[in-house]
Amino acid sequence: MKKIIKSFDHWKAWLYLLPAIVLLLIFTGWPIINTIRIAFLEGYDPMKEVGGETFRIGFQNFEKVVTYKRFLECLKTTMILCFTTVPLSTMLALLIAVCLNSIGPLKRFLQTIFFMPYVTNSIAIGMVFAAMFNIVGNASGITTIQNAGIVNNVLQFLTGNKDFYINWINAGSTYTHNIIVMIIYIVWHALPFKILILLGGLQSVNKQYYEAAKVDGTSRFRTFWRITVPLLSPMIAYVVITGFIGGFKEYSSIVGIFGDTMGPAGNAKALNTMVGYIYDALAGQAGRASAAALILFGIILVVTLINLWVSKKKVHY
Amino acid sequence: MKVVLKNLTKIFPSRNKKDHSEVVAVNNFDFEIPDGKLIGLLGPSGCGKSTTLYMISGLQKPTSGQIFFGDDDVTELSAEKRGIGLVFQNYALYPHMTVKQNIMFPLQNLRGNDKLSKEEILSRTEEAARLVQLDGLLERKPSELSGGQQQRVAIARALVKMPRVLLLDEPLSNLDARLRLQTREEIRRIQRETKITTVFVTHDQEEAMSISDEIVVMKLGVVQQIGAPQDVYDDPTNLFVAKFLGTPPINVFKGRIQGGKVMIGEAAVFDAPGIEDKDVFIGIRPEGFTLEENGPLELNVSGVDVMGRDISVISTHPESLNANVRSIISADQKNEIGSDTVRFSIKPHKIFVFDGETEERIYLQGDQG
Repeated sequence: MKKIIKSFDHWKAWLYLLPAIVLLLIFTGWPIINTIRIAFLEGYDPMKEVGGETFRIGFQNFEKVVTYKRFLECLKTTMILCFTTVPLSTMLALLIAVCLNSIGPLKRFLQTIFFMPYVTNSIAIGMVFAAMFNIVGNASGITTIQNAGIVNNVLQFLTGNKDFYINWINAGSTYTHNIIVMIIYIVWHALPFKILILLGGLQSVNKQYYEAAKVDGTSRFRTFWRITVPLLSPMIAYVVITGFIGGFKEYSSIVGIFGDTMGPAGNAKALNTMVGYIYDALAGQAGRASAAALILFGIILVVTLINLWVSKKKVHY
Repeated sequence: MKVVLKNLTKIFPSRNKKDHSEVVAVNNFDFEIPDGKLIGLLGPSGCGKSTTLYMISGLQKPTSGQIFFGDDDVTELSAEKRGIGLVFQNYALYPHMTVKQNIMFPLQNLRGNDKLSKEEILSRTEEAARLVQLDGLLERKPSELSGGQQQRVAIARALVKMPRVLLLDEPLSNLDARLRLQTREEIRRIQRETKITTVFVTHDQEEAMSISDEIVVMKLGVVQQIGAPQDVYDDPTNLFVAKFLGTPPINVFKGRIQGGKVMIGEAAVFDAPGIEDKDVFIGIRPEGFTLEENGPLELNVSGVDVMGRDISVISTHPESLNANVRSIISADQKNEIGSDTVRFSIKPHKIFVFDGETEERIYLQGDQG
């Protein structure tokens, strides 16, 4: 406390910080506090609050949320997407980064190519993916497979069966197929940032470690696991932690492929996520939306703490 | 294991797109390193000594020429198959592994017939650690060690797989002066104990002279002279070698040979019978001066450094290429030095005459070789 009071003496510094602090308080601080407040108000309604009504304080919103089947489905989808895409994309990104780092010609060109998805709008990419996985039939449904998207075309070519197709995302498609498409899409979209970070890490690794390993006759596989991975571990921890945080907030990628129905035609909300649920609930049930937001925050906090705990043991700074 | 270098040449292509001139890092290096000896590659930076070392290691491929380990031609062999131990200038210890893990790393790489049991790996690791006096530090991380200790870990890691040849790249350059002295004795001791043929690179002539069996002096990719340290010091083949070896450095004067005399200015300091008149450089080692009342060389005294046993007379001379002429004489003679000028005669085996154009040695009568 003494320290804080003393630091108030540095009024000039506080003055310079003032604009940022005010903006943060208004647009970040207050909403967080308000969310917590609303989450504990039972039957909260903003219009009624303006009318002067008061609400009972309690855990009803949380109870409603965690026992609501739709919410649990959202939680499940989010978890599946999170725990598959983060490890997958991290491993793939590591592989690609190592490959990119070891090639000579075309390196810069390929780096640019791999970075493209990062600067492309996720809704636009989603639409392209939707087209790729589509089975475009005529208006009455799936009758002409000739019009199938490129993925089914490739499958037809590989199987040699002209009538073969998988209903990935269209009406009547299964949850499993939907999830597979989502995983492929999210992984692909998550790669560029991770590659960028890992490639940066790789380029800062002292080349002499590799020369020393080479002189000692270390196999490529062992060099990768015993030298590259540990030396990159700070960057790997960073992309995993940010990956999980982003993964739990998954929303726009699903909109990109399925539209805001969050599911294939005829099965709306089948792939809804936590954030999707919060948006939906916000309209009429602000209390539940706030409670769900707090639960999401709690999950992210726990997972991040676990990540940090693991990385403390495994990461070599 | 003797190491033979035959016409070894390394040319680096130009990286500059406009300027296509190549860099000849090592030019036609011919040398046979005898078995079990410690060889110092010596030269200023950019002379090709490290490139030579890396070619022996296999990390760099020669542009032309051959390398033999014993009778095996290893020129085309990649680094891991040559059986060498390499100590890098910054040690390149894996920062995430303990000392023990670092040292045992090369052993764990062995596969197939060479594969070692866990006990063997452990006992050899401990043996290597004992050799470099690291026992007790095995569980530390490299960042928890001093520079000298890190250096010893690097040597242990290079030695543990019993290499045919041990290569050290500027092994002492990251150590402070006291540690450098200590570590170079250590390297000498380890080399004697293991009897592994060792090549090390340094730009510090004192370091090279003090521990090498033989030194190789290089300049701009070309070998200048090879020999035992004392021989090279006593009998340099050209002005570069003479200037590069010795602390304090050799005093160089501009002069000429005239009528069978070596002249510095108007002073005939030495006889050079039978040599035609020409401009020369004259090198005199600091310890090559003898105080003599009527000595031929007169210098203007500017100061005296007292160093205990010896004193160092600092003086100037119009024909000197160095700013100061430094001559080391016995401290007993301190009182014989005049305040303005001092006269010296020159010890015959401490004076070297070099051609004024080629800078090659001109051998006078009575010179060795």
